[in-house]
Amino acid sequence: MSAFLKKYEGLWLFLHSPAAIIAAAVAALIVFGAVFASWIALVNPYDLASFSLFDGLLPPVWQDGANSKYLLGTDDQGRDMISSILYGARLSLIIGLSALAIAAVLGVGLGLAAGYYGGRFDVVVMRIADVQLALPAILTALLIDGIARGILPQAIQQELRVMVLTLAIALSLWVNFARTARASTFVEMNKEYVQAAIMMGQRPLRVMFVHILPNILGPLLVIMTVDLASAILLEATLSFLGIGLPADSPSLGTLIRIGMQFLLSGEWWILWIPTLVLVALVVSINILGDFLRDIFNPRLR
Amino acid sequence: MAYFILKRIVQSVFVMVAVAFLAFSLFRFVGDPITQMTGVETSIEDQERLREELGLNDPFISQFLRFTREMLQGDFGFSYRTRQPVANMIADRIPATLELGVVALIISLLVGVPAGVYTALKPRGVLSQTILMTTLVGVSIPTFVIGIMLIFIFGVQLGWLPTFGRGGTVAIGNWDSSFFTLNGWRALLLPAITLGVYQLTLTMRLVRAEMMEVMRSDYIRFAMARGVPMRRLHYKHALRNTMVPVITIVGLQFGGVIAFSIVTESVFQWPGMGLLFLESIRFVDIPVMGVYLVVIAFFFVLVNLVVDLALRGHRSTPSN
Repeated sequence: MSAFLKKYEGLWLFLHSPAAIIAAAVAALIVFGAVFASWIALVNPYDLASFSLFDGLLPPVWQDGANSKYLLGTDDQGRDMISSILYGARLSLIIGLSALAIAAVLGVGLGLAAGYYGGRFDVVVMRIADVQLALPAILTALLIDGIARGILPQAIQQELRVMVLTLAIALSLWVNFARTARASTFVEMNKEYVQAAIMMGQRPLRVMFVHILPNILGPLLVIMTVDLASAILLEATLSFLGIGLPADSPSLGTLIRIGMQFLLSGEWWILWIPTLVLVALVVSINILGDFLRDIFNPRLR
Repeated sequence: MAYFILKRIVQSVFVMVAVAFLAFSLFRFVGDPITQMTGVETSIEDQERLREELGLNDPFISQFLRFTREMLQGDFGFSYRTRQPVANMIADRIPATLELGVVALIISLLVGVPAGVYTALKPRGVLSQTILMTTLVGVSIPTFVIGIMLIFIFGVQLGWLPTFGRGGTVAIGNWDSSFFTLNGWRALLLPAITLGVYQLTLTMRLVRAEMMEVMRSDYIRFAMARGVPMRRLHYKHALRNTMVPVITIVGLQFGGVIAFSIVTESVFQWPGMGLLFLESIRFVDIPVMGVYLVVIAFFFVLVNLVVDLALRGHRSTPSN
């Protein structure tokens, strides 16, 4: 019975936390819309032929002068807002998730190895992490982006934008994973099961990934949700600053930058609807992250 | 103690050398400095002569040493974009960013510390829950969105405050300060709040966590048992011990504030270092990027060092 309770404790807590349920629902809705964007969206915002300037600056349906075809109105180019947002959210999520995956693999790998081997390797990894921590993530990402602009030839820069951006974000987030994985590995190293595995002559890689990794997943999962929010925010910020994605393949951040031009005029929806979606997405992920942290760290509950 | 100070200074120098090396590698390997400096009509022979004169054919290490020596002497080279000395360009922008950062930090402390103490002492109160929920949303809202919202409410709708630039500044020596005119303060307010909000939530959560930790400790329980009045207990015993880690983090945050000012400066067109850095990235102006990096790292390392040394007398911290 107690094993049963333990297994479903997380679920029980989840069902009794309205904030977590709402957050999960909002996140799921945005992710669903993003995944099926090409079926749901009215027009393809990347395809110039699919929208027309004559439909430009239409307000959402509940305001005067709206066209019922465009539920949330259109921007100055005549692009349907819903379509732009769905495609934008898709790009934001793709970049955020890939950056997170790269950061996690890199960080956890280095952290595990640093904790396992200790000694000089550990010192080198942690010094690099120190230097990186001396520069906030946004600065690292901007810098990597700037370097890429200098190194890559002009011609292929536009095509590689998404990759450069993903890599820049990944390289500014790996430190969190590395530090957490290292600290947890240190703790696990003293436990008997790890000692036994080493004594039995198992290869280091096997000990690290088969024995230690499953036991330190909890804290890493928490970092993952928190860092997913950071990755999405970073991408949005870079795109907002005009360093990230160009206007013809807009992510949520780019949409907000475009919308800024309409801050002083009456077309509020071009700015505020993408902003609302971005904030809703990030708030939901953060609430879920907080919830996960409470589950894995009952002392704080 | 002397050993500790020495060790921390050596560590700081190590970080600075690493950052200087990074800046130098940027300058040396990202794009060719010669093609940046010369036009299309410069002949190959002239380019080669310039390369030789500038010492770009020397061994890598001696180039790096020369670069470091020139930096220490305050010679930061010339911008590719404006052809002006980078040292002057950065020096012109430093006051704007520092003033913005300091005011933002003060705002975050003035609001964050009391809010943190309150939520720690009354964790189940309605107001505490509201504050905590608000800060969670606050952390999730990107800085630039907060900026846009403030511009929209106070600049556009109410029309109370200016939404871009620095307003009136008064020059004190080489330092252009906006602290001495009403106009300057008005212009400073919105960017400073924008920059302060994120730090505020961090400060608050930290104060809260530390305060709760301290309230659980033995000496507080002992003082309670001895009958020390609650008010005295909270503010004299607990808060004082909470402040040590808070000072550390605030020190660490200052570097973050300066770096995050990139975003705030961009939203408000605030003429500080961050805006300069953004322009330099857009135009691949490598010397400016490199120097900005070194200057930021220097602020950060310096603040860390001072905070560490100042706290050393207070309690023995693990030096890791």
